[in-house]
Amino acid sequence: GDVYDMSGQRIEINENTEKVDFSYNPLADPKFAFYDHSLVEAVKLNDVPTHRFFRLLSLCHTVMPEEKKEGNLVYQAQSPDEGALVTAARNFGFVFRARTPETITVVEMGETKVYKLLAILDFNNVRKRMSVIVRSPEGDLTLYCKGADTILYELLHPSCNSLKEETTEHLNEFAGEGLRTLVVAYKSLEEDYFQDWIRRHHEASTALEGREDKLSELYEEIEKDLMLLGATAIEDKLQDGVPQTIETLAKANIKIWVLTGDKQETAMNIGYSCNLLNDDMEEVFIIEGSTSDDVLNELRNARKKMKPDSFLDSDEINIQFEKSSKKQIIIPDEQANGVYGLVITGHSLAYALEGNLELELVRTACMCKVVICCRVTPLQKAQVVELVKKYKKAVTLAIGDGANDVSMIKTAHIGVGISGQEGMQAVLSSDFSFAQFRYLQRLLLVHGRWSYIRMCKFLKYFFYKNFAFTLVHFWYGFFSGFSAQTVYDEWFITLYNLVYTSLPVLGMSLFDQDVDDRWSMLFPQLYVPGQQNLYFNKVVFVKCMLQGIYSSLILFFIPYGAMYNTVRSDGKAIADYQSFALMAQTCLLIVVSVQIGLDTSYWTVVNQFFIWGSLSVYFAITFTMYSDGMYLIFTASFPFIGTARNTLSQPNVWLAIFLSITLCVLPVVGFRFLKAQLKPTPSDKVLLKIKEAKKRPPPPSPKRRLRRTSTRRSGYAFSHQHGFGALIMSGRNMRPKSPFATTGTFSPNSDKYKHKGL
Amino acid sequence: QIDYTGTEPSSPCNKCLNVSWDSTPPCTCTINFTLEHAFESNVFMYYGLSNFYQNHRRYVKSRDDSQLNGDNSSLLNPSKECEPYRTNEDKPIAPCGAIANSMFNDTLELYRIDNDTRTPITLIKKGIAWWTDKNVKFRNPTGDGNNLTALFQGTTKPVNWPKPVYMLDSEPDNNGFINEDFIVWMRTAALPTFRKLYRLIERKNNFQPTLQAGKYSLDIAYNYPVHSFDGRKRMILSTISWMGGKNPFLGIAYITVGSICFFLGVVLLFIHHKYGNRNTSADIPN
Repeated sequence: GDVYDMSGQRIEINENTEKVDFSYNPLADPKFAFYDHSLVEAVKLNDVPTHRFFRLLSLCHTVMPEEKKEGNLVYQAQSPDEGALVTAARNFGFVFRARTPETITVVEMGETKVYKLLAILDFNNVRKRMSVIVRSPEGDLTLYCKGADTILYELLHPSCNSLKEETTEHLNEFAGEGLRTLVVAYKSLEEDYFQDWIRRHHEASTALEGREDKLSELYEEIEKDLMLLGATAIEDKLQDGVPQTIETLAKANIKIWVLTGDKQETAMNIGYSCNLLNDDMEEVFIIEGSTSDDVLNELRNARKKMKPDSFLDSDEINIQFEKSSKKQIIIPDEQANGVYGLVITGHSLAYALEGNLELELVRTACMCKVVICCRVTPLQKAQVVELVKKYKKAVTLAIGDGANDVSMIKTAHIGVGISGQEGMQAVLSSDFSFAQFRYLQRLLLVHGRWSYIRMCKFLKYFFYKNFAFTLVHFWYGFFSGFSAQTVYDEWFITLYNLVYTSLPVLGMSLFDQDVDDRWSMLFPQLYVPGQQNLYFNKVVFVKCMLQGIYSSLILFFIPYGAMYNTVRSDGKAIADYQSFALMAQTCLLIVVSVQIGLDTSYWTVVNQFFIWGSLSVYFAITFTMYSDGMYLIFTASFPFIGTARNTLSQPNVWLAIFLSITLCVLPVVGFRFLKAQLKPTPSDKVLLKIKEAKKRPPPPSPKRRLRRTSTRRSGYAFSHQHGFGALIMSGRNMRPKSPFATTGTFSPNSDKYKHKGL
Repeated sequence: QIDYTGTEPSSPCNKCLNVSWDSTPPCTCTINFTLEHAFESNVFMYYGLSNFYQNHRRYVKSRDDSQLNGDNSSLLNPSKECEPYRTNEDKPIAPCGAIANSMFNDTLELYRIDNDTRTPITLIKKGIAWWTDKNVKFRNPTGDGNNLTALFQGTTKPVNWPKPVYMLDSEPDNNGFINEDFIVWMRTAALPTFRKLYRLIERKNNFQPTLQAGKYSLDIAYNYPVHSFDGRKRMILSTISWMGGKNPFLGIAYITVGSICFFLGVVLLFIHHKYGNRNTSADIPN
């Protein structure tokens, strides 16, 4: 048996390594580079198993060829892995050239052969394999099968046991390197038996009842006593920047769970390669029990090791369990005595997700820094997310690229789809989507953080300005016989939120940023306040309210004091209601404008324009509305005629305005200063550090990493859309251009499911 | 500043305490007072009312600006805001509304007492309202001729007024809606304690103070009852500066706030020096 491996062998591959010359094959893909000469030699020497191996690869698939020009083949593969395998076969001289519903044309070492395609035994999630039955031009009937190793090993003929052992060794080696493996096998069929089978197959496929069951029974029947050919492995390259991203996110106190359909070895390997697991960890627990009790014991042992006293009756959470009914428990965070990792297989997970083990799982898993669930089904992915949502006070984010991630993406609070070669389903069902995993850190640490800060600032300011605006009326009530007389002009009340103060706060909530993107990526700690809800919560709201009350007091009593029993500098009235209203509203507007100036930490032209613009618009509108002309046209609507002219020309009015601004701003500035001096929060410290760092020459911006063109990540090399084989056989999709099917593959390996811990 | 409400039994105005709006002849009383210092520049004479809620919502609304602006249709058909002072005996009230109805109608006269001779002091009653009010906001109704009596034909006087609006003054440019006493009253006060400009006393020549130190007497035709709502009435003589009338509030507030700022500055500076280095960012890894 032959084993081949697209990415390379143990010898170091570099530019100087001689590439295999595929010039003997005019149809080879020019982009293909291969370094192991022995394999090519084997092909050239007509080694039968090798030929059979590549023949299988070129026959057993659901790829659609496209040959727009002579000799320029393009494969349309549902799964990139499948495409890769067919391309590999093509380069070794087994060129899959064309396909009709009944035939497959293959150019074998320059010789065109037309195989009759008799049946496609379709892939599905249970079978985890696919087969084709073909009749070669010589008339031999052969069944070619490829599938997951665990499944296929049970179907092998006993005669290939020695090969099986050798292949197992290879498979383990590949899985250890994080490669995606597949076992291929074939079987020669007897003509009579096949005729009988195809007849029954036809019956079954036209059966009205239980067609699926009957078909799968038939498939089982024929797919046995297979002869092992070998195994394939495909390197599933991680995207750029995945380890760095994971490291950064972990620093930002985001807990990361990996849910993957890969094998345990593959999953752990990927965990190591992207820095999730490392040797600094005290221990990586592996949960692989096959009964409910085993799983429980393993989970308990793990927890005992991490936090021995969590089993005592005095433990808070245990007490809490007893008190509250099981459904509403929110498990608080527990601190383990070290850094641990947890790996759980899909089989055990099935038990762990059952009723009474749920809590055990959540408690144990949440103590670990990293949780990896391997061999999980799409449904389990969603269940795990659901579990965390149910028992933890946490926001969950699911990110994945395949169709099998859709359920999890939809379950999580935030779903992110990676658009890639896996099709569009994940993207279509997600809230956010981008092309590469590493953009996640920008999404969370930069845009998520900004968005949170902006939202909080917006809310705070909005509450403040309306408290300051409204409560003045309350104080005025004491002096107007509680008659609901408004302090301000009716027009001012109408326009205050609509015109005078709307754009500045909009400008702030659109553009504000306390530190720019580079710094927020450099200091992931800045993300933590968001997880802890620090920027807007009840306390902050009360503070806002107190500030609003204070401001409204100032805004009422300063004009009150300044107006009380006073007159203009020509002796005429100024203590009248209209002048008072104008003075109070001018004070208010300037104070809230100054306040937004204090809140804004990132000034843009737009901010300046909005703030100054709003103030000028206020004065422009005021003078217009209080002008003679408006009064003479709409006498009843604008009774404040002349107030602006007569009041705002007075020096004591402006002195009072200035005084109220000072008094409103003073405590805010003082409080902020004291807080930064005496009780700086971690993020204050980071901000200070950034400020210091900004004085120095800026650090060189991180080098642009070379972008790899290949972002090939996929599951087994199958087209996973059920019934695609039947579609090919029917010939309905035999159009010049293969339709873009929205299909997913089984298990992309870096579906990260993370949850932001409390 | 002289309180002439007359609640105290010793006050000369005590006898007038319970007058009604329309008592004829008006109850008069005289209060003597002494100025300790001479008033050098122009003197302004105010009347002040306390506990008078001119800022009550329903009171503030109870006027018709169109009518006051000389609109003829509003004159005969005042706005509904004026209710219940809109019509009287099926005739529209001009000026309508509660504000106008409650217009201050005491008459104050000032005499200087010099060796037992009473010299009346000239009180100027024009130029006490805002220019915009006098010339834009308030206008008499228009029509043929300038006979105000004819122009206000078909309207009736406010209930509490002794005379109709066209008989407020003898001078035609200070009569009707553009009577300055009326305009001043119609500019409602913001606070329940307020003062309104009543008369001006102009400085006659540069060598004599406007009001010398000495004895003066104030003659009051007491028409305006405030006792029923515990109000107070005052007469205030005042000069003014560039900042307006005498009001120590801003000065005191500025001095206080200034000191607070200074104090706070010192304290914060101290705190910054003492605790500022606590804010090291050493524990934040890069």
